[in-house]
Amino acid sequence: MTLREITTLLHGHVCTGEAYLDEEVSTAFASDLMSDVLTLNDTPLLITGLCNMQTIRTCDMACLSHVVIVRNKTPNEEMLELAADNDMVVITTEFSMFRTCGLLFQSGIKPLY
Amino acid sequence: MHLEYTVVEGDFVNAGTASSSVKKTLKQLNVAPPVIKRVVVALYEAEVNAIAHAYGGTVSVDIDAQKIRMVVADRGPGIPNIALAMQEGYSTARPEVRDMGFGAGMGLPNMQKNVDKLNVSSEVGVGTTVEMEVNFC
Repeated sequence: MTLREITTLLHGHVCTGEAYLDEEVSTAFASDLMSDVLTLNDTPLLITGLCNMQTIRTCDMACLSHVVIVRNKTPNEEMLELAADNDMVVITTEFSMFRTCGLLFQSGIKPLY
Repeated sequence: MHLEYTVVEGDFVNAGTASSSVKKTLKQLNVAPPVIKRVVVALYEAEVNAIAHAYGGTVSVDIDAQKIRMVVADRGPGIPNIALAMQEGYSTARPEVRDMGFGAGMGLPNMQKNVDKLNVSSEVGVGTTVEMEVNFC
């Protein structure tokens, strides 16, 4: 599934990374706990309700390039600058974590574990 | 190559800048990506710990052809029981640390999982020093 399709499915808004929306995503991981994200051995789509600098920093450290931030939280300019510097795609959605995960799972995105 | 960074107490906005900088340097040195990831995950956790639990400190990094050595030294309350602090799930983090997505007691265990050598020394009321090494091959 492409990030463009994911954005449409989640009624999402692309905050940064428009150029990478045709990249394919096959797995996802949902967490608000960044230490947990740092344990990942793969590079799934991250679904999170955490919307601060550490969300983007953690993605950088964990080599994750695709993030969906749920519940209509808006990343600030510093976050988006850092995300853009690291060629990340940041999508926001008004949907809850549960609904976001459900929709993606139903559409064939696999869990990491 | 020697690199040094200062860590400021409570400065969560800049938490990870040292780790990001080290990541860029290792990329420029053509270090293998899986090794870079192990280095920066461990260093980032240590950096966040120094910001979250102490009154600031320093990050020193030495890189040679075989390995990277990182020392994160903070001034702070210290760790009274290091063995307990190494247990996954044990945490003394304040609510604002948890608000940043950390503080679940995974920091030191994450460091241990990602490095080849880890030494944590601490003096209560003085501070904590975390020494880590990752071999490049």
